[in-house]
This record gives sequence, C-alpha cells and structure tokens, in this order.
Amino acid sequence: MRTALILLMLMGLAAIPGSLIPQRITNPMAVRDFISANPQLSEWYDRLSLFDVYGSPWFSAIYILLFISLIGCVLPRSLEHFRAMKAAPPATPTNLSRLEGYQNFDSDKDSLSRAQTWLKKNRFRIREDSTSISAEKGYLRETGNLLFHLSLILILIGVSFGSLFGMKGEAIVNVGERFINVPTSYDNLSFGKLSGDKSLSPFEIKVDKFVAQYDPQTNAPKDYTAWVTVTDQGKTSKRIIKVNKPLTFGNTRVYLQANGYSPVVTVRDSQGNVALQGPIPFLPQDGNLRSIGAIKVPDADPQIGFVASFMPTNSRTSNQGAISIFPELLDPKLLFSIWKGNLGLDTGIPQSVYRLDTTKLTKVGLGSVKPGETFTYPEGSITLETVVPWINLQIVEDPGKKFALVGGIVAVLGLLSSLYGRRRRIWIRVTNGRVEIAGLAKNGAPGLDEEIQKFVSAVKGEN
Amino acid sequence: MQTTWAYTSNYFVYSAMAVFTIAFIAHAFETAFAVRAPESADSTQGSLLVKTLDFKRTEKTARIATAMMILGFLLLFAGVICRGISAHHVPWGNMYEFSITGALAFTGAYLVALRKYDLRWLGVFVSFSVLLTLGTAITLLYRNSAPLVPALKSTWLVIHVTSAIISGGVFLLANVVAAAYLYLERVESRGTRPIWLQRVPSLEVLDQLSYRLVAFVFPLWTFAVIAGAIWAESAWGRYWGWDPKETWAFITWVAYAAYLHARVTVGWRGRRAAWLCIFAGSTFLFNYVYVNVWGTGKHTYSGL
Repeated sequence: MRTALILLMLMGLAAIPGSLIPQRITNPMAVRDFISANPQLSEWYDRLSLFDVYGSPWFSAIYILLFISLIGCVLPRSLEHFRAMKAAPPATPTNLSRLEGYQNFDSDKDSLSRAQTWLKKNRFRIREDSTSISAEKGYLRETGNLLFHLSLILILIGVSFGSLFGMKGEAIVNVGERFINVPTSYDNLSFGKLSGDKSLSPFEIKVDKFVAQYDPQTNAPKDYTAWVTVTDQGKTSKRIIKVNKPLTFGNTRVYLQANGYSPVVTVRDSQGNVALQGPIPFLPQDGNLRSIGAIKVPDADPQIGFVASFMPTNSRTSNQGAISIFPELLDPKLLFSIWKGNLGLDTGIPQSVYRLDTTKLTKVGLGSVKPGETFTYPEGSITLETVVPWINLQIVEDPGKKFALVGGIVAVLGLLSSLYGRRRRIWIRVTNGRVEIAGLAKNGAPGLDEEIQKFVSAVKGEN
Repeated sequence: MQTTWAYTSNYFVYSAMAVFTIAFIAHAFETAFAVRAPESADSTQGSLLVKTLDFKRTEKTARIATAMMILGFLLLFAGVICRGISAHHVPWGNMYEFSITGALAFTGAYLVALRKYDLRWLGVFVSFSVLLTLGTAITLLYRNSAPLVPALKSTWLVIHVTSAIISGGVFLLANVVAAAYLYLERVESRGTRPIWLQRVPSLEVLDQLSYRLVAFVFPLWTFAVIAGAIWAESAWGRYWGWDPKETWAFITWVAYAAYLHARVTVGWRGRRAAWLCIFAGSTFLFNYVYVNVWGTGKHTYSGL
C-alpha cells in the first residue's frame, strides 16, 4: 500500500523533467536545437535519457514496479472483500451504548420484526440472532475503490499493449495522388517492439480535394477538410477527413495532421527536353505557410538543383526580405537559387528531400516565378505550372486503446462510488422490554444520525 | 455584429469587476466594523479591554456583500455568454476566455458552498482573487474574439474544458481554505485568535472542509483528464503523448491522489494535509500559468 503510494508519487516527480526539457517524441526539432546549443550538457542529458524521459529505463522501472505493487495490493484486498461480501455482518457488540447515535426506548412484541422489515427494505445486509439484528450497508464503497485500482491496472495494460503491438506512420500526399497502405508509401513508419507480423491493413486513399479556410483578420486557420476516395477490401467510397474526424479501418485510424503546398514544376534542359515534372512538397515554416523546399533534377546534364522558398501570398519587407502575409494562394510566388554539379543522390547517404547540400555545387543564378511563368537560365528553364496543396496523413494502429478506454470509464465510476459511498452498520437489540439501537459509520461518513432517526421511528411503528 | 457582442461582453466584464470591488469593500467593512470596543473595562479581565464581535451591527453590510457577489456572478456569466455568442463557439479559445470562465467557476464554487457552509468569511479572499484574475485577464491576456482553430472544433471542447474549469475552481477554493487553516494554526499556536478572526470556523472544520472539496471534485478531475485523452485520440491520433499540459495534468492528479490516500489510509490531518493540499493545488496553477504562457506543445491555445 505505502510502496504503491510512494511509487505513484515518484512517477509524478519523474514526469516533471520531461515537461521542462524538450522531448524527442514530441518535439525532435527542439531537441536538435538544444543539443547544438549545449553540446556538453546534452551528452549528460542523453546518458540519463532526459530527452526520452517517458521511454527511459528509469521511468519504465518506476511504472513496472508500480504495476507490480498495485497488483500485489489490490488482488488480496479484492479476495478479502469478496469473502466479506458473502459473509454475514459481524455479531452485535455487547455494549451498544458506547457506539454512535445510541438510543433506547420501550419495546413491544413487533419491534424486531419491524426493524427487520425496514432494514431489508433499505437493502441492508443483515445477521439475525434471537434478540438482536446486525446490519451493514455500503459495500459499494470498497467495491468501487477496488474497481478503481483494478481499472488503473487495465489502463497500464492498455498502454503497454498499444506501445508493444501498435504502429504509427506519416505520409505526405499531394492532392490528386493516391496513398496505398504499404511500408514504402510512408515518409516515416515505426512499429511496436513486439508487433511481429508487420502487415498493414490493405486500404487505399485517393485525395480528391483539400480546402483550408483561414480567418481574414487573424490569419488563424478556421477549418481543414479533405475529400477522399477510399478503397478498402474491394469497396470504394467517398469520404471526408477533418481534424477531429479521422477515418477508421478496424484498429487503424487515419488522421489529417498537417498541410502545405506543392509547387508543380517542369524543369527543361538547354535542348528543351523535360528533365523533371510534377508536384514537389514544400515544408511550411510559419502560420502564413512560407515554405521551403528543394527541387532536385538528377536527370539533367549537368545535374541541377534549386534551393527554393514558396510564398502563398507574396510580399516583401525591408528587413526580412520575401515573406508570406496570408496562408491562402492569393499571390503565389516561387523564389529560388539555381545550382549545378553532382547532387550526390547516388552516394547512398540519405538526404532530406527538403534541403539541398550546396557545398560542392556551383551557383548559376537567382530567380522567381509566378504560376504560368517560365524562368530561363543558361543550363535550361523552370516553369511553375500550378500549385497543389498536400496533406499529411498520420496512420496509427493502437490495439490497446480499447482497454485503456474501458479502464478510464471504470476508473471514474469506481471513484464516484468509493468517494461518495458510505459504509455503515446499524444494530438493534431487544432485551428486558427495552430496545437499544446504535450505529457506526466508517471513515466518518456523514448522515448516520438521520438514518438512525428514521430507523428508530420505523421500529417504533410511527410511520 | 460579431464585434457588438464582443463589446457587450467587455462591458459586462467591466461591470462585474466594479460589482466585485463593491463586494470586496463590503466584505472588508463587515468584518472591520463588527469589532466593538467595550464601553467599560471588564473587571474579570483585569484592566484589559476585551473587544467583542457583533455581527448584528453589520448584518446589512454582509447581506449587501453576498448580494454583490451574486450580482457579480450574474454579470460575469452574461459576459462569458456574450463572448461565446460573438465568437460562435464556447468561449474557451484563448487564455483570456479561460480566465474569465475560471473566475466565473471560482465564484460559482464559492456561492454554491456558501449555501451549505457558513463561508462568508471567505468572501474577502474570493472577491479579491476574482478581481485580480479579471484584472489580469482584461489588461494582459485580452485578445479579440476569433473563430476556433480546427483542432478545437469538437463537442469535447465543452465536455473537457467545463470539467477542467469546474475542477480548477473547486481545487483553488480548497487551497484558500487550506491556506486559511495554516495561517490560523500559526495564530492559535501563539495564543488566542485576534478578534477579527473569530468569525472563521474552527481548525477542525477548515481541515474537513478542504478535504471534502477535494474528495468531491477529484472524480471530476479524473473525468476531465480522461475526456481530454479521448479527445486527443480523435484530434491528434494518440490518447496520451506526454505533452507538457498532459504531463502536468497527470502530476496534479497524482498529487491529489496522494492527498486523498494520505488522509483516508494514512490518517494525515491538519498541517501536513494542508501543505499537501496546497502543493497539489499549485501544480494545477503551474499548469495553467506556465504551460499556457511559456510552455510548448499541443495545448498552446493561449493566443499570447
């Protein structure tokens, strides 16, 4: 009991550093910035898993111990409670006058039977002797208490089940394109430690249309809606995904998580042959969707790369240069610098698709285009055909969440009955023509006196 | 139209502040003027002048004070409603809106508790802290009424935030009671209470009261956390992600769970229990202030 409590407090304390130090699971960019700003401190932080508090050995140790200790506490108590519920209440104490709400008055021949009727009507559990009745009520308090603690175990099971057997991934899909649920479609994908067969549910999602609405005064987003065509087990249907309305395929859910723009470009070489054509997703950098990206053309000769930024509503300020002043496509513009040389795509070292390493490249020039415009440079030309939005789909499979949900509901119900429930005993004894009545409220529960008063008037036959 | 409602809301909030100021003055006046100097030296106490409290003299002021609290509550309620109408959603989209609703919940918790317990002595603290909250809200936190961001567009906003705000109001009330306990305990350990504190109930009653408040609202807080998890599952794709707000909600939950266990199973009473209660309440406040204003994570809706 005490061990479990101390462990619970420890878990609360152990959770604190994770809310003050950036965490890899919630904010990997902040972790990277922190490491480059404090390299030496970060080494120690890493040794102590302070960037991964909630997955760290010491945090896991606390909650596994808590789990064991909870089971050790609750199971024996449940058995004991189960036995107590089946057993009759304890015998009437000899000296009732020492107990709470003691009263005595003259009896008549029906005193005991009236008492028995009242207690049964009020659903007390009773033990009858020849001269006395012992009654108890409020087992729901302990039942609720135990259910609450058992439900915590269920939540812990749900959480670990989800993290061991679940799966989580993200994919950027341009409007007009199709997402097929196979590992290669994902930009990143991770499986739980024990999810043995890595089979993904076989569905396809084609993004037909995406609309983002923004408030013209604050530029804050008002609504995101994606219209999609879903093919699942041979059946095709039109569906809508919104931020609070994910798609569900069994245990798998598909969420609309982020959005941005993909300029659709055509890059030609100096002879006019098309070297690259299609939408290139750019990464948003601020609330007005100023986005950055890289256009890599390995098929041109020489290889060409663009370091680019895209402004949905282009504007200039004297100190920041080009900025976007609204997140919708009111005055879109693509700005870029052009580089030539070996892009290094065949070296086998993974590169970010949004960045271009220009250290070994030669600068060709600077340029900008609006939709429909073409910019020409000595090695070829680039045309901005149009701009399409992309959406980031987050696909999550969590087989443990049902347990956690049931655990959560039971926890609240259990708490309610354990905190508001009142366990009390009432005794009545009839000896030598006198009735003696007394009670006992566990944990100082209120309201016993009123209840005894009602009981007394029932025994006296007053109502 | 939208701005008209927002202005109306602001007028209501300003009026509520004026009324709470009157309530504060009336509460202070009530206690101050109930103290009565004796007309002649009491022979049994030697030459000491023994002051007495006579609340009959200030009964009228007391009634005015409570009436003003109720009026302030109604005005603030109207202000919150108008704010909601102006934005076409429940007014919990940024920290200004959280604060005025929180002040409303706190006043409401006090007024409801007042029906059952003699809590008028708390009125001074309640009116003062509500004034402080509203003042901060309208000067530092004020933002124009705006539509909700997509992640907040959900029925769970109503369920999750209502339960969290009500729990917060009651937790803070329990904190005020626990703080009063600690103060009075110190005063009593040095001698008898000064005259103006005789109104406040006994230490035992205060101790019980703060426990009752916490025990009453702890299931609601649990529900608020679980409702938040259910909502997070449909909005962010996971029901628990150790976001700073979630982490601190969990810490608050653990702290109050420890408090309840300390009282019920270990039998803590009095000073230790009061400190634990205040500690738990401060984790809630920390979550509200620090995580909203300086924190990172997904719960950054303060608009600051």
